[in-house]
Order: sequence, then structure tokens, then C-alpha cells
Amino acid sequence: MSVLGSLSQLLEIVVALLLAPLLVGWVNQWRAWLQNKSAPGVLQPYRVLHKLFNKESVLAQHASPLFRSAPYIVFSCMLLASAIIPTLSTDLPLAPAADAIALVGLFALARVFISLAAMDVGTAFGTMGARREMLIGFLAEPALLMVLFSASLIPKSTSLATIVETLAHRELAIYPSLAFAGVAFTMISLAENARVPVDNPATHLELTMIHEALILEYSGRHLALLEWAASLKLFAYSCLGLALFLPWGVAEAHAPLELVLALPVLILKLALAGLLLAEKETANAKMRIFRVPEFLGTAFLLAVIGVLVHILLGA
Amino acid sequence: MAGLLDPTHWLALDVALTVVVAWLSVAVLGLFALRRLGWVAKVLFPAGGAIALLLFAVALVALFSAPQTAVLPLGLPGLPFHLRLDPLAAFFLMVIGAASAGVSAFAAGYFRKGEGTPPGLLCLEYHLFIASMTMVVLADDAYTFMVMWETMALSSFFLVIANHRIAEIRQAGYLYLLVAHVGAIGILLCFGVLQANTGDYTFANMRAQRLTPFWGSVAFLLALFGFGAKAGILPLHVWLPEAHPAAPSPVSALMSGVMLKTAIYGLLRVGFDLLHVQLWWWGVLLLALGLASAVFGVVFAAVQVDMKRLLAYSSIENIGLVFAGIGLAVLFSAYGMKPMSALALTAALYHVAGHAFFKSLLFVGTGSVLHATGQRSLGKLGGLIRYMPWVAWLTLLGTLTSAGLPPLAGFVSEWLLLQSFLFTPGLPSSFLNMLIPVVAALIALVAALSGYTMVKFFGVIFLGQPREENLVHSHPAGTWERVGMAWLAAGCVALGLLPVQFIQAIDPVTRQLVAAGLGSTVAASGWLLVPVDIERASYGPVVFLLGLAASFALAFALVRRLYHGRLRRASPWDCGYPWQTARMQDTAEGFGQPIRQIFEPFFRMQRELPSPFDREPRYRVVVGDHFWDWLYRPVADLVERMSRWIGQLQQGRIAVYLLYSFLTLVGVLIVVKR
Repeated sequence: MSVLGSLSQLLEIVVALLLAPLLVGWVNQWRAWLQNKSAPGVLQPYRVLHKLFNKESVLAQHASPLFRSAPYIVFSCMLLASAIIPTLSTDLPLAPAADAIALVGLFALARVFISLAAMDVGTAFGTMGARREMLIGFLAEPALLMVLFSASLIPKSTSLATIVETLAHRELAIYPSLAFAGVAFTMISLAENARVPVDNPATHLELTMIHEALILEYSGRHLALLEWAASLKLFAYSCLGLALFLPWGVAEAHAPLELVLALPVLILKLALAGLLLAEKETANAKMRIFRVPEFLGTAFLLAVIGVLVHILLGA
Repeated sequence: MAGLLDPTHWLALDVALTVVVAWLSVAVLGLFALRRLGWVAKVLFPAGGAIALLLFAVALVALFSAPQTAVLPLGLPGLPFHLRLDPLAAFFLMVIGAASAGVSAFAAGYFRKGEGTPPGLLCLEYHLFIASMTMVVLADDAYTFMVMWETMALSSFFLVIANHRIAEIRQAGYLYLLVAHVGAIGILLCFGVLQANTGDYTFANMRAQRLTPFWGSVAFLLALFGFGAKAGILPLHVWLPEAHPAAPSPVSALMSGVMLKTAIYGLLRVGFDLLHVQLWWWGVLLLALGLASAVFGVVFAAVQVDMKRLLAYSSIENIGLVFAGIGLAVLFSAYGMKPMSALALTAALYHVAGHAFFKSLLFVGTGSVLHATGQRSLGKLGGLIRYMPWVAWLTLLGTLTSAGLPPLAGFVSEWLLLQSFLFTPGLPSSFLNMLIPVVAALIALVAALSGYTMVKFFGVIFLGQPREENLVHSHPAGTWERVGMAWLAAGCVALGLLPVQFIQAIDPVTRQLVAAGLGSTVAASGWLLVPVDIERASYGPVVFLLGLAASFALAFALVRRLYHGRLRRASPWDCGYPWQTARMQDTAEGFGQPIRQIFEPFFRMQRELPSPFDREPRYRVVVGDHFWDWLYRPVADLVERMSRWIGQLQQGRIAVYLLYSFLTLVGVLIVVKR
């Protein structure tokens, strides 16, 4: 564990914590603009967080300790996830503790806790949200795993750092397995981050919501933590996508100076990704919940095809 | 057995035998205290648990010692009991000891008066059951193995029908006994093939035989049939979701957590130890059957409405995953890829140990719930985390383990299994290589679905509001029940956090079976679990947990410090809708509905929809199993038709019977004359 490694690890965590709400603000701003609305400032998510942290928490009378601890657990999961994804550097002391499979496990842990917390108060909407979240989860999770597998078959490693290093040093070409995986990953990220066409982050219409139904009973600091965790999740997914499919510009252990350059490159890439997300959310309509299994099933199939293509073609 | 009188010279095998004898004594003592519940609960069951701990400890020692053998002058003349304690047996003894210690402690607080079989008799059957499982693992000849195997089946049969006044329980018991015996025929025939006409039924002789590929395959298929029936592998699974829920909860826990593992033991013993080579298609068959069972089990678990049936189906899923791991190990072993084979086998054994803990924990948890509420149906529970917090939080650990979430035991085995799949490309057959991604995808799907199932299981029982009024009076579990559950939960956590140490412990087992192990690779990297190479994959559960705990503590402290900790209790908001009742929460049916819809072809569904004119509209859906129609009913019909046909012989007239005797006599005379 080198000093530089610890430094880049710390930098990554701080950057994730600070940039994640900004990314959400950026996407919201652009989406509003694209939809011909007047947009909130790009810093709006920070203001919302500050407001929520200041408010007192209102808890349901019979809420159990599970309900109160879930926001902290979900937040920790997302923070750890952003810490182990090589966003700025591949020289991360925490990364060997969790590889690609453990990353998926981390997301699953957060999902299970938020769903259990939603069931804890025992309201109709909470359980509905939990059921739908688990429905999305059980299809998206194996699909994500297969996407990571098709990337990890190339360096024959599930360590995210090794994957990114190998992918960054290959010659520039279109790899068919990664093309399939990329499409699948995009679909999964939309579903996992409660985005159109699977969920609508802007809705509070009871019967259509998923993520909002899960956190319906939360308020004050608990809600703030969950909102922050949601933005961290979007950040982590974006960074994971960038690390797998646009791995250039991430610093490596033997080139410490790259770390200085890595941050602006990351911000540039994230800005573009956010723009694309806003465009996608504007251009598409939300689909019925019954269509979601088909959508995610397609993603799963594409991811499996990606792995198969790799084994067939060796690329 | 030299130095029997001097305990310092005792071998591990002697201690293991002492354990068996001690269990049998406890069993017999139960007979003397037939109806004295206090005596049975306060003394005999805790004693049984303490003895189990001893077995656990001695098995740990035996893992690292050389194989020990003994011959007991029991049984028929000329057919003594051959016993052998090698690393493979030691591993399974460890599982039996560890899991039954927790279950026995729980059982001390569980059994009540007036529930079918008197407590003393239950104590007898229970200890006979665990003692026979121990002896199955220790057996070193076919005769001992079969005797103990049958004792195990019979004692567990009597435990299943403890509440024999209920007709369904008797039915379940009958089905269990039937399948157990059909399976036993397979095992018996398998040993017959393995001894290769030498007439010597010791395992040592079978190990020495070199069977041709044909006879080897016959033996393997017979073993697969026999042990598959015990393990509940598709399509021989139908007894499992009937018998396991029918038994009292500690017995369900033993059957699911431990007895299924004896079948795994048998398969490993025959497949890797008694047969000298493995063929590649055995592995493919195991893989296919295992995955089919896993998918089938988890999909059915997700739609169950009875909490114990849900767990029973989940056992089919877990055993399926273990079979898949063994299948992969056979496949690698057949192609001579020893280290990969060891990796797959380690994953399977890890899952065996993990499943023993978490499934026992979940089953005894349902036992506490059952006693507190009198309900097995998920639709009539809810909100129990407020009335029985100990049970709820300990069960939560089991739930998370079962869902395969880091940093607990279930995740480690899943991780190892996926690792071994991921490095499969490199098999000499391109067809097999192409199968692998599909297989890995199915395993990932099963893992994710088990998360769904477990959220349903825990959420519907323990979270939300009580769905029935009387649940408010649910009483928490007693001390012994908590102790048992805490031990099992500690197992889940320890296996999750200490994979390096545990893999080093099972290293001798994989060395014995496939002549390779992960022990030295794993030991080199300290606290990180590195199965092959740090560049390829690593997982550090302790760092993982510390990372989570640190960010939890940091977030908590910062929020409190920078802002405040003010809190107000109010009634739930629920979008401002008034008059919401507990009945409006998702029931088990509701929570499973998406699965029922997506996997509709899996189920045989009978739906009764209400018409708009019904005075009392009722919606009813019964989810059944296609295998009953496809396999069991036709076989049962055939047997019935044949017996009716044979029954025609029975005319009830003396003249006809005399004619039969005459014809038989003539027939015999003709045979003798020739």
C-alpha cells in the first residue's frame, strides 16, 4: 500500500462524495432545458441535501431499528462501491478487497436493505415499491454480472483495476463482445438508477413509481442520506461504464502524474455521459411495469451473447 | 484401537465413536424419561448439543491427520463394521457436529407438551438420527453404510411424523419413506457394481478395482440416482417440500441442513474416491441436473406461501448449486485440470458448510415463529421484529447469507463458484466452453432470485404490520432457542469473514479427492482470499466489512455533528391516504406475483377468478408442480394397474389355489429334471 495509492483512494472517495450530487444536478438541468422548461441550478441537489439534513426526521410509530439503520447501510454500500471502482486511478488499496463480483454483491446488499426497510413500515406503497425493486433487481443483477464477465474474460481477471488497465492498453478497435456488453450495460444502468424508461425520477404518481415508493416514508436526514446514496449510485454506475468502455485517462500505479490529469478527464467524460442520459430520458417514454421484465430480459440476453461472442471469436 | 484406557493416546476415530455411543446413551435415557419434558429439555438435549460440539472439535483435528481405520466386531458374523476417518469424512463430521450443536441447543427450548410424539421418544429418534448420520460418514464398507443409511432414513421418518394425528403429515412421511427406499435400492446396486464380482464389500476393495468405463458409468448413474433421491435433485425432489415442512422445526433444520449433506457425501465418496477415474459427461450431467434443480427450486421458493415450504424449495436450489459445483469439479478432473477442479470442489464444499448453518438457522427461526404465533402461512404473519427481536435479527443474518450477500458465507461460495466458471475457457472441448457462459448466467440468475425470495421471506414474516390481531401477543423466544440460533448465526458470519482459514481447513479434502488444493495459494496472501492469483481475482471480506462499518460510523457521526439527531414519531404517511389497514400490505402471494407471471410455464396453475356477479367474490390460485403429472402420476397409475392385473390371481377359491400349486410343482419338476 503506497502513499500515492492511499492518496488516490482518499481522493476518489472525496471526489465521489462531492461530484455525485453535481452529476444529478447536471442531468436534471439539461433534461429541463431539453424539455423546454426553466431549469434549476446545477447546484440544486446540494441545496436539497442541506435542507433535508436540517429538517427533523419524522418516523412512523412502529418503525423498527432496521428502518432507521437502512439509510446508513445503503449510503455506506454506495460509498464503498464508488471507492473500489477505478474512477481516477487503478492503484487503489481498497480495490483488492472487492472485485467485480463483490461490486455486484454490494449493490445487491444495498437493494435488499432498502427493500426490507420499505416493507418495515407496512404500508401498501412501501411493499409495492419493494416488490418492484426486487423484480428489477433479480433481472438486472445477473445481467450486470454477465456484462462484467464479458469485460473480465479479456484480461482473465475479475479485478476491476486489472480489467481497466488491460482495456486501456489495447489497440483502438471495436470489440464485438464489448459492443454487446455496452448496450446491455446502458439498459441495466437505466433500470438500476430508476431512470426513464423503467422508472421516472421526477414522478410522484403513486402507481408508477418504484424508487420513490421505496423511500416514501423517509424524511429529514434519512431521506437526505438516501438521496445522496442514489446520486452516488448514478455516479458509480457512470464511472463503471466509463471504466469499462472508455478506460482511457485513468491513472496507473507507475504513472503518478496522470492522477492530476485524471480528474479533468473524468469530469469531461461524466459531463458527456450526463448529457446523453438527459437526452435519453427526454426522447423516451416510461414503459409499463409489465414490460420491464422484457426490457431487462433483453439486456440479460445481450450480456450473455457478449460473453458467448467473446468465447467464439476470442475478442 | 491401542491404548483405549489411556485417553491421551486416543485417536480422532475413537473420540468420534465415543460421540456416537454418547448420543446413543442420551437416546436411551430419553426412553426412560418418556413423558418428563423438563428432564428431556433441560438435560438430554443440551447434553446432545455438547456432544455435538465435541464431534465438531474432533473433526477439525481429524481433517489434518492421516486416515484412521477401525474394525468393530458388531453386526453379523463374518461381516464386521469397517470404519474409516479420512479428511472427506472429517469434513462432513464437522458439518454434522457444528450444525447439530446449534439445532440441539434450540431443540432444548423448542419441544412442548402435547404435540404428538412424547418428548422422550422424540429424544430417542432425534439422537438416533444424528448418530446414524455420523456413522454413515464413518462407514468403510457397503454393509455398514447401508445399515446406517437405513437407520437414518427410518429415524428421520419417525421424526417427520411426530405430529402423526394430522393426515397430511402422515402422507408426507409415507412419500418420504417411499422415495428414500427407492433411492436406497440405487445405492445398494451401485455398491454391487463397485465390488466387481469380488464378493468383498469393503470400500478398500472397491477403491482397488479398476472398472471399465461402461461399468464405472453404471455405478456412477446408480449412485447419482440413489444419492440424488436423498438430496432432492430434480426430478426426485417431490418428497422434500412435503417432508421437510411436516417435521418439527429442529428436525426440519437437521434434515435440510445436515441430512441432505450426507447425500452429497455419498456422491463425493463414490464419484471421487471409490471410482478411480471420472468421465467428462458425468460432469455435464451433474451440472445440468444441478442447475435445473437450482432454477426450479428458487422459482418455486419465490411463489410459496408457507414459510417452511419456501425454505424447503430453497434447499433444493442450494443443493442444486452444490451439484453444479461438483459437476464442474468432475469435468475439470476428467480433463486433468487439477487446480481448477480443486477450486470448483472447494466452492461446492464451502456451500455445503454454509448451507448447513444458514438453512438450519432459518428453519429453527420459523420454529420460533410457529410457536409464538401458531401460524405457518406467510399471509397471516407480519411485524414480528417488534415482538421477537432476537429471532428477527438472527434470522436476518441467515436471510442475508441465503441471499448470497457479502460479507457473509453464502457470498463466498457463490464467488468461488463463479470464479471457477469464469476460468473455464481452456477446456479442450469448444462445445463445453460455449456452455459455460450460459451456466454462469443461470447461476447468477439463481443467486439474484434467491435474494428476491429471501426479501419476501423476511419481509413478510418480520416486517410491516401484523396481518392478524393476535400477533400482537407473540412472545419472544426462550434462552435455549436464542443460544442455538446465535451459534448458527455465528457460523454464517465466521464462514463469511474467514474464508482463508476455512479453505485451508478443507484443503486436505480436495487433496484427497482431486490431488490438488487451494490451501497454499490462499495462505500466501494473508487476509485476502486469492484463489489463483492476485491479478486475477481477490476478495477480502474483513476489509470489506471494515469499509462498510467505517463509512457507516463516519456518516452517522458527521450527520449528528454537523446537523442534529432530532426525531419525531408519527403515523406513517403513505401518500396521505387515510384508512390504510395492515391488510393492504403485500401478502406472500402478492409479493411472489411477478415471479409467477414471468416464470408461468414452470407452474401448473389452477386459477379461480371471481365473476362480477359473485356475492362473495373469491380469488383462488393453486400453484403446483408439473412433475407430479409428468412423472409421478403415470408411474403410480402404472403400478396400480399392474397390481390390479396381478391381483386377478387372487380368486379366493381353494380349487384355483390348488391349481396354482399344481402348476408350480410341475414347473419346478421340469426345471429340476433338466
